[in-house]
Amino acid sequence: MNKYEIKTILLSSSVMAVFFFAILYNAFARKIDVPACIPYNATFRQSAIKKVDDTHYEVYIIARMWAFDPAEIIVPAGSTVDFYLTSADVVHGFNIERKGVNLMAIPGAVNKTTVNFTDYGTYRIVCHEYCGAGHHNMMAQVLVTYLKK
Amino acid sequence: MNISKSYKNTILIGLFMPMTLFILGAYNGVMQTLYRAGVIHKTAVAGINYYQGLTMHGVINAIVLTTFFAVVFGHVIMSHYLKKEPPGWSYSISMILMVGGTLIDAVLMIIGKAQALYTFYAPLKNSPLFYLGTSLLIVGSWVAFFGWIKMYSDWKKEHLNAKMPIAVLGTFVNFTMWFISSIPVAYESLILLMPWSAGWTNDINVPLTRMLFWMFGHPLVYFWLLPAYIAFYTILPKISGGKLYSGNAARLAFLLFLILSTPVGVHHQFSEPVMGQGTKLWVSILTYAVSIPSFMTAFTVGASLELAGRKRGARGLFDWMGKLPWFRSENYLFGYFLCGLLLFIFGGLSGIINASYSLNQMVHNTGWVPGHFHMTVAGPVLLVILGMSIYMYSTVSGKPVKFLSMVTIVPYVWMIGVAILSHGLMAGGLMGEPRRTNMGMSYTNPASDLFNPHWVPTATVTMVGGIVMGVAASIYLVCFFVTALGKRTRQPAISLPESEELHEEKTIPLLHNMKPWIIASVILIMITYIPSLINVFKYSSPVPNKFNAESPVNEGGNNDVHSQSMTNEKTK
Repeated sequence: MNKYEIKTILLSSSVMAVFFFAILYNAFARKIDVPACIPYNATFRQSAIKKVDDTHYEVYIIARMWAFDPAEIIVPAGSTVDFYLTSADVVHGFNIERKGVNLMAIPGAVNKTTVNFTDYGTYRIVCHEYCGAGHHNMMAQVLVTYLKK
Repeated sequence: MNISKSYKNTILIGLFMPMTLFILGAYNGVMQTLYRAGVIHKTAVAGINYYQGLTMHGVINAIVLTTFFAVVFGHVIMSHYLKKEPPGWSYSISMILMVGGTLIDAVLMIIGKAQALYTFYAPLKNSPLFYLGTSLLIVGSWVAFFGWIKMYSDWKKEHLNAKMPIAVLGTFVNFTMWFISSIPVAYESLILLMPWSAGWTNDINVPLTRMLFWMFGHPLVYFWLLPAYIAFYTILPKISGGKLYSGNAARLAFLLFLILSTPVGVHHQFSEPVMGQGTKLWVSILTYAVSIPSFMTAFTVGASLELAGRKRGARGLFDWMGKLPWFRSENYLFGYFLCGLLLFIFGGLSGIINASYSLNQMVHNTGWVPGHFHMTVAGPVLLVILGMSIYMYSTVSGKPVKFLSMVTIVPYVWMIGVAILSHGLMAGGLMGEPRRTNMGMSYTNPASDLFNPHWVPTATVTMVGGIVMGVAASIYLVCFFVTALGKRTRQPAISLPESEELHEEKTIPLLHNMKPWIIASVILIMITYIPSLINVFKYSSPVPNKFNAESPVNEGGNNDVHSQSMTNEKTK
C-alpha cells in the first residue's frame, strides 16, 4: 500500500470521526436520543392517557391489527408527552410525522420516548411496519390544541 | 479450462433457475410502485395481493437470486483460479438443496401461504415449510463452500509457495462470514419459528427472533455485495484496460469485511425497545468502521480506472473518465460494473445516514430505506449479477450472447431507473411515507379518509423509476433467455477476465492468513451480542401470539386477554 492509500484511509476515518462527534453532540448536549429500555410487564397492555400536570402527559398506547388505541390523543400546545408503546398482537410501527418519533411496537416489550409538542396542529401517526392485510389503514393522530387549560 | 458435464449442468441450472424466478421478482417490484403511486387502488391484481407480491419481490431478488449467484460465481472463480473442479458431492448436493428449498418457498409464496415478507417477523407466521425451504437454500450454499475448502487444500498441497488469489480470498471471506452469520437465522427458523408455526410450541420471544434475524440480516447484505467487490477488484481493471492499483489494499478490504460485517446488525434495530443505548451507539461506531473498506474500495477501483483511462491516452485531471470503454458491445460487462459503482456512491453515503444512531429516527422504516438499498442491492449487486450471469452462461454453455447491443445498453437504462426510483422513495421517506405499505388503498387514494396529498408526487416519481427499471429488466430477460436457448457454437469453458496487479507488492503475512481475522470476528460478535442477548431477556417476555396476515385472530389462543377493548379503562 502506498502513501495515497494510507491518506485515503486516514481521510475517510476522519470524516467518520466528525460524523460520530455529531452523534455524540446531539445525544448528550441536545438530548436527541434513541428509545430507552424499560422492563416489560402486563400493565403496559392497558391503554391510557394520564395527565401528570398541566403540561406533562403520559400516554400508554396499544398497537393492534389494525388500529392504535387510543386513536386520538388531544393535548394543549406546549405539552411534554411520554409515550409508552406496546403491541397486543404482531409487530407494528409508530411514526409521528414532523416530530422524528420513530418506534417499533413489539409484543412482549415496551418502547418509550418523550416528545415536546410546542406548536399546535394535527400530527399524524402512521404504522410503518407491515402488520398484515390491513396495515395500510393503520393510523392515529395527536391533536395539539391552542388553548392552555 | 474444460469441464465435466455434471459440473457444467450444475452451473447452468444455478444461473437459469433464479433468473426464471427473477421474472416474478421484477414484475412484483414494478407492480408495487403502481400501487404506491395510487394508480391501483386494489388489494390484489392478477391473484397476487400487494404483500404477497412484496414477499416474492424480497425473497426472490434478495435471497434466492443473490445466494444462487454467490454460489455459482464462487464455483467459476474457484475453478478458474485453481484449475480444478470442486468435489462432485459438494456441487451436486449443494445445488439439489438450493433448488429444492427455493421451489418449496416459491410454491408457498405463489399459493399465498407465505406472505410475512422476506424478514418473516414473528408473530406473523408463514407455513412451517417456508422456514424449512429458506434453511435448505442457506445450508445448500454452505455445502458448496465445504467443497471449495477441500479443493483449496488440495491445490495448496500442489502449490506450496503460491499466494491465495484475491478472488479466492474474497470468496472465502464472503462464505466464512456467511456461514458464521447464518447460524443464528438457522436457529431462528428451525428451532424457534418452525415448531411454533407448526403448532408444537405456543410462546415466542419476539425481540429474540428479531435480534437473531438481524444478526444474519446485515451480513446478508455484505454477502450480496462481496461478489460484486470481487468483480470490481479482479475483473473490472482488466476489462477497462488497466491494472489493479493495489492487491494488498484489496486483501485488507476483504478481511475488514470479515470482522466487521456480522456485529453491525443491531443498526437495523435503533427504534426497538430492548437494545440498550450503549449497544446501539457501539454498533453505530462499528458500522462507521465497516464503511472504511468501502471507501478503500472506491479509491482502489477509482485509481485502477484512472490508470486504464491514462493508458487509453487521457492526459488531464478528469478526461480519463471519458476515455473508458463506455457503450462498447464487445465489452458489455464494463457498463454493468460502472453503472453499479456510480449508484453505489449514493447507496453507500445514504447507508452512513441510516447507521447514524439518532439520525436513523428520521428515516427508519420510511421509504428512505428502500430508496437507499435499491442503490446498493439493485445497484452494484444486481448489475454485477445480471452482467456476470449472462457472461458466465455464455462461456460455460458455449453459446454466444444474443442481441449484444441490447445487452450493452441495459445497465445504463437500469441505472437511470434506479436513480429516479430511489429519489422518489427517499424524498417521500423524509416526509414520512412508510415502506412496505399498499399506499394506493389509503394514503394515495383521494377517496380514502387517510389520503395524504403530500405523498402523491414522490410516489409518482418512484413509479416512473420503477417502470424504467421494468423496461430494462424486460430487455435483459429476453436477451438472457434467447441466449440460453440458443445453439452452442464453442466448447464449454470456464474462464474469467483476470486483472494483473500494478506493482509486485511486499507480502504482508497478516493479509494472507484468515485465522486471526476469524478469531477477531468471533470476539467482536460476542462483545456486541452478549449484552444484546442479556437485554433481550431482561426487558422482554415471550408471548403466546400467532397470527395469520389475513386476520387479527390469535391462533395461539388467549384472544380474551389480548383482544379485549380497553378504551373504557382509559382514564383509570
